[in-house]
Amino acid sequence: MKHLLSAADLSRDEAVAILDMAEQMAATQAREIKKLPTLRGLTVVNLFFEDSTRTRISFETAAKRLSADVINFSPKGSSVSKGESLKDTVLTLGAMHADGIVVRHSASGAPYQIAHSTWTDASVINAGDGTHQHPTQSLLDAMTIRRHLKGGAAAEAPAGADRLTERAAALAGQDLSGLDVMIVGDVLHSRVARSGVDLFTTLGARVTLVAPATLLPVEVDKWPADVFYDLDRALAEQPPDALMMLRVQRERMSGQGGGFFPSPQEYSREYGLDARRLAALAPHAIVMHPGPMNRGLEITSEAADGPRSVIVEQVANGVAVRMAVLYLTLTGAKE
Amino acid sequence: MDYLIKGATLPSGERADIGVAGGVFATVGRAAAGSTGNAQVVDADGLIALPGLVDPHTHLREPGREDSETVRSGSRAAAAGGYTCVHAMANTYPVADTAGVVEQVWRLGRDAGYVEVRPVGAVSVGLEGRHLAELAAMARSAAQVRVFSDDGMCVWDPVLMRRALEYVKGIDAVVAQHAQEPRLTEGAQMHEGLVSSQVGLTGWPAVAEESIIARDVLLAEHVGSRLHVCHVSTAGAVEIIRWAKARGIAVTAEVTPHHLLLTDEQARTYDPVYKVNPPLRAAEDVEAVRAALADGAIDVVGTDHAPHPREAKDCEWQAAAFGMTGLETALPIVHQLMVETGRMGWADVAQAMSHRPARIGRVGGQGRPIAVGESANLTLFDPSARWRVVPEQLETASGNTPVAGRELHGRTVATFYAGRPTVLDGKVV
Ligand SMILES: [Zn+2]
Repeated sequence: MKHLLSAADLSRDEAVAILDMAEQMAATQAREIKKLPTLRGLTVVNLFFEDSTRTRISFETAAKRLSADVINFSPKGSSVSKGESLKDTVLTLGAMHADGIVVRHSASGAPYQIAHSTWTDASVINAGDGTHQHPTQSLLDAMTIRRHLKGGAAAEAPAGADRLTERAAALAGQDLSGLDVMIVGDVLHSRVARSGVDLFTTLGARVTLVAPATLLPVEVDKWPADVFYDLDRALAEQPPDALMMLRVQRERMSGQGGGFFPSPQEYSREYGLDARRLAALAPHAIVMHPGPMNRGLEITSEAADGPRSVIVEQVANGVAVRMAVLYLTLTGAKE
Repeated sequence: MDYLIKGATLPSGERADIGVAGGVFATVGRAAAGSTGNAQVVDADGLIALPGLVDPHTHLREPGREDSETVRSGSRAAAAGGYTCVHAMANTYPVADTAGVVEQVWRLGRDAGYVEVRPVGAVSVGLEGRHLAELAAMARSAAQVRVFSDDGMCVWDPVLMRRALEYVKGIDAVVAQHAQEPRLTEGAQMHEGLVSSQVGLTGWPAVAEESIIARDVLLAEHVGSRLHVCHVSTAGAVEIIRWAKARGIAVTAEVTPHHLLLTDEQARTYDPVYKVNPPLRAAEDVEAVRAALADGAIDVVGTDHAPHPREAKDCEWQAAAFGMTGLETALPIVHQLMVETGRMGWADVAQAMSHRPARIGRVGGQGRPIAVGESANLTLFDPSARWRVVPEQLETASGNTPVAGRELHGRTVATFYAGRPTVLDGKVV
């Protein structure tokens, strides 16, 4: 695997292999010496045209734990507004001898363009592009879902490196078949939802999308997902094993932001995860959120901090997944 | 006699020798042996002779954006593509909204001498959609403007559109509408459909085009005016135009070669060369515009030749400029899609690419039959030629052709403009 640009590019076996490797990486992280020599001598550039401290730190941590040299590069302002062009910026990275470029950009397709250009030979990893894709997010989501819902007893006791290795072995080769994943919120503008639908269905899960029609793309009926406008009905008719609440931007309700919904209060009532809906979930169901959360809008604190929530674990799994992706793309490119 | 074109196939299918003298067709038919004097002979065996092509929709970019095209380079590109007349759109800098600017463009065209450059005047001052520009002044200028358009922008205000439609009746002109509802297309990047939903680019709904066309045909009917609809791209727009024509409304419609050829699937490459306004549509839309061109519901092919400098396309899709070039590839594309498939004959091509666009633009001396006494505007096309498009080898000053690297079927071998060759042996002279 030279690049990771879209979750849609992954076959079931490739995706499972990444998840398996991520579990192995997670097991190593329980050891006292966390650093692996795997990518020593290689340079990873975090090229963030769009601000995201969380994602950048996650990639940076992952690269450093694999002993890669890390350069963080955040061009002033997005090139979509004035500034240095995408091409010139990437050509500049050539001088830094980047082996891997982790790209975050507000323009859909920018990582794809870099990977398919003559501007660089480096591996390109999409760290979120516009409203297109965020493949490592969906991989960490899949890892979290698989661990909780496919790991059986081995998944439950997170103590000690040996137990983690055991867990990795128990999970190895498994996909998400038979599971119901529900994604609620602003699907239209969400790269998390797009990569999620692609990856979870590739892994055999059934995906249900829930949103007001204003926040769903036209022709969403041709996506490999079921669609509901009514959250309560969706929870009753297709009770999820994993429930993912998407971030909703408050500015989307204003006329200038597109007027996608009337008010935050109405959104919360119709699509928020509150105590009543939380109580309606199956006992084994988990609650997820890609962050950052709008507490009180799409999710209450009770749901975000409660026993079903795996939100903090998602963040930890992000490092493991990104270690696996960096390893597979950068060493794959070398071989 | 100046030129003797031997053995050409006319649009009717008849073969003929065509003599050119003093800027007009002197003979059409079997040339009498010995009567040719020292005419230069052009062997046209196997070539199709079409009346010189007339493009209703060209962006020549001068004045103001000479980095992408000039009247001269665009005229050369037009000649290379078989055109003898182009309508130069008004969205220049400054905007062609006064007699002064349209006369400047007209003179630049005349001085270049490759094609007849017919400036299109802006409908509104500065293309701002507020006040009517001085349409009569442009009509009465040396440029004799007969087509008005805010192309690039839609005449969105229904009252302004009504006034424009009414006003041009007095000068026998037509309003050419770029149909794009602005509120429905804020930030829009590509056709709204399955592909946009997957690639995450803001959608441009078909209804944004269709709602304006529906309104405009009703306005045209109400005030009894002619309306021309630029670059029709959706199946729904075709239906509305069919309905309007059946009702007797004086509407004409245009389609571009790229909307005949390409679909929104191209956006999956994120290559901004495929970013265009209106956007490339879905496969069913492409089939609808092909069918409409074949049966005449769509009257004309317009290139919407829209050159851009490299940096305007060498960037993120959403930062890139809209538009693609087309003058030098239009006829081969129409040949391949419409003639080779049997959907149109050469007489139909002559109608769609010469006769009708000349008539819509009220261009005398263009789009006329290849007949004795007519101005000698002629295109010789070799349908058996095969060539691969190399942007650097085209005459246009810009490289944003959507068919780079593709093999096209057929090539313009010679173009005569007012009796003088502008292209011979496939080369601009
Ligand atoms: Zn236009």
